[in-house]
Amino acid sequence: MKTSSRPQRRGLRRVIAVALAVMGMVAGGATAVAAAPLPETEQASPYNFNGIIRDGQTPVEGVEITVTGNGVDETVATGADGRWLIGVPSTGTYTVSIDTSTLPEGLTLRDPSFESREFEVGGSTAVGVLFPFGPATGGGGSGSDPGTGSSGAPSGSEAPAPGGEGTPGGSSDTGASSNDFGSQLLARVISGLSFGLLLALAAIGITLIFGTTGVNNFAHGELLTFGGIVFYATTTLVNWPAWIAVIVTLVASAAFGWAHDWGIFKPLRRRRVGLVQVLIVTIGLSIALRYFYQFLIGGGTEGLSVDRGAVLQIGPVLMRTSGVVSALIAIVVLVAVGLFLTRTRIGKATRAVSDNAGLAAASGIDVDRVIRIVWVLAGLLTGGAGILYTYFIGANIKWDVGFTILLLLFAAVTLGGLGSAFGALVGAIIIGLVTEISTLFIAPDLRYAIALLVLILVLLFRPQGILGRRERIG
Amino acid sequence: MDFLSIINSAASEILSPTTAAFALATIGLNIHFGYSGLLNFGQAGFMAIGAYAFAIFTMMVDPTATLGWPVWLSFIAAVLVAIVAAVVFALILGIPTLRLRGDYLAIVTIAAAEIIRFSVRTQDLTAITGGSQGLRGADYKGDFDAMNPLTGTTYGFGPWTATAYDTWVRIVAWSLVIVALVLVWLLMRSPWGRVIKGIREDEDAVRSLGKNVYGYKMQALVLGGVLGAVAGVMFVLPRAVQPDNFATTMTFYIWTALLLGGAATVFGPLLGSVLFWVLLSFTGGVINLLHGMGVFGDMSGSQAGQIRFVLIGIALMVLVIFRPQGILGNKKELSFNV
Repeated sequence: MKTSSRPQRRGLRRVIAVALAVMGMVAGGATAVAAAPLPETEQASPYNFNGIIRDGQTPVEGVEITVTGNGVDETVATGADGRWLIGVPSTGTYTVSIDTSTLPEGLTLRDPSFESREFEVGGSTAVGVLFPFGPATGGGGSGSDPGTGSSGAPSGSEAPAPGGEGTPGGSSDTGASSNDFGSQLLARVISGLSFGLLLALAAIGITLIFGTTGVNNFAHGELLTFGGIVFYATTTLVNWPAWIAVIVTLVASAAFGWAHDWGIFKPLRRRRVGLVQVLIVTIGLSIALRYFYQFLIGGGTEGLSVDRGAVLQIGPVLMRTSGVVSALIAIVVLVAVGLFLTRTRIGKATRAVSDNAGLAAASGIDVDRVIRIVWVLAGLLTGGAGILYTYFIGANIKWDVGFTILLLLFAAVTLGGLGSAFGALVGAIIIGLVTEISTLFIAPDLRYAIALLVLILVLLFRPQGILGRRERIG
Repeated sequence: MDFLSIINSAASEILSPTTAAFALATIGLNIHFGYSGLLNFGQAGFMAIGAYAFAIFTMMVDPTATLGWPVWLSFIAAVLVAIVAAVVFALILGIPTLRLRGDYLAIVTIAAAEIIRFSVRTQDLTAITGGSQGLRGADYKGDFDAMNPLTGTTYGFGPWTATAYDTWVRIVAWSLVIVALVLVWLLMRSPWGRVIKGIREDEDAVRSLGKNVYGYKMQALVLGGVLGAVAGVMFVLPRAVQPDNFATTMTFYIWTALLLGGAATVFGPLLGSVLFWVLLSFTGGVINLLHGMGVFGDMSGSQAGQIRFVLIGIALMVLVIFRPQGILGNKKELSFNV
């Protein structure tokens, strides 16, 4: 497996450094941790604990920190810049303690229990440990519990599991700047909303195609991967500027959607092939395209050479500018699609075909043309979602990214009501929120399972979906 | 790798236990789709349920060691556990979806199969399911190996040579395939089979005859699912339990095999499975040969090997469009209008 873990790892570390910095500011005590990036030295140990000891803005030299556990017992003293770093060989629980006798006169830990704490090394490679100083404070309040700095890299971004074909690897860079439940929840909600908006972009394509043609397109994920791969090829392989790459990707995706209709689905309609047959055709198409992508770009995760923007802090939430921009773009596009469907002639025709194709044809609507437009629109939206999704999961692309979220798309569409574009939006946002919020309570590798479970439960109680109509469930 | 060895390894797939397991799963899917018209896209989920239930029961309860049961009883108990798990899974799947239109069943079954896979590979359950690493074969094969009456080292000839353990797996797996084929043949000429086929053709007509359509569909779902679970057990006996073996792709391959051989026929699933694996191995070998000759430039062998899966996809599309009845099927017997 070819993975570009080096640049990613470095990116991750930078995120952690910034997260640490922001945590320090939030902690707001006598000590703040500066935003300086951690030294990017080559380390033998795969995991490490690190931090900066400062009194106000002044780095403190010579403070001894000890990490024990799992056969490790190592003590280091902070350098002239106040930094310390201790590498550990494996995951597990370690005790990180500070020797208070080495602290300068007058400097005390704000919370005496922080003298020795246990940390879990698991999800991320580097764990930042804070030692806030100052007078002891009475109680909780946001920021009084600076835990580990790894929250800047949300738990979902763990290294790909070994042997992980089809590992759900999606995770945004949105994290909480502190570890208390409220800000974690807020971070997950925001992350879930942006994920949901992305899903909505792609899901509207599925639902429009289903509405106008009755086809459940199982190859829809490949439309999304197509967008991601064209974007990867244009930005990273041939180094075009991002805006040209975006335009090329969108045009190619729209053309790809049109080609779907022209090359496969229109001839199938002409032959009057049954819907279940067409469904299986889309499965075959999905397999063929997916492995063709793997033939092209290999089975590993490829990093994109695109700027992901700086990390912003909004309240207690950390976000990438690219994440914010993605969400805004998604909202604008969704509003545009909404206006298109409700205000324009062709949009109304689309909905008419969705409602009753025979009646629409009888009232003079060119059904084939509408379906062609729907395919182009679906290709465009889904390809665009592919660009945004590669950003969302951390500027990388894998041959099966689309397929891993295909079921989430179907869940969104079914949840909202098959064939209803606005239902797809609602369903996608619910699915996005459920996937992200569930990581607060369960293992992150189970979050897609939770989303699918929600789908099954909804079908149990309201089979037509949230905005669907009863007659569709037959 | 010369051409003869490609033929040899393709031929060895004919009798391999994987083909037998695959055939069992396909026979189960045939009951769902071919005879009852149920769009089950979660057959890999049934296989996963069977495989994990069997392996976990054998490892955790281990009646041979803890209760002193004879090995054959432990083995049968473990298989029964797998079957019961599959029945429960089928009931959970069927209750919300069998009243709905066919494509809802498709989405729910595919989702449920993925839920199973995500659940068994989550790190929180590593102690039980082995997480993403799966379970080691040696941990659950003991009983089955101890039952082996074969004492020699290798059996068979030519491409069909196998170790004693492998031969034992083959004997059991292919016997089960024969039993399943006979069962399907008998069932589908019984009154029950006629009702099932009637539901496939016209649900409302059967309902108007006073039959409980929902109940019959549920029975078909359970029966096919049980075959899937047994297939899962047979699938993991020659190897380890790997969660990603039971991904959606597996289900799609089973569908390809079924449509290749011919849905709604007794021997279609068997023929389709054998052909599927033989062709997969053959195209893999040929691509490998071409790669060795430098046809794909400096592309790595595994990357070039993806072409055969592209071919599977294209084959599935072409098959469904131009010959939906497959090799053995009868076009009139097919219901694609669920």
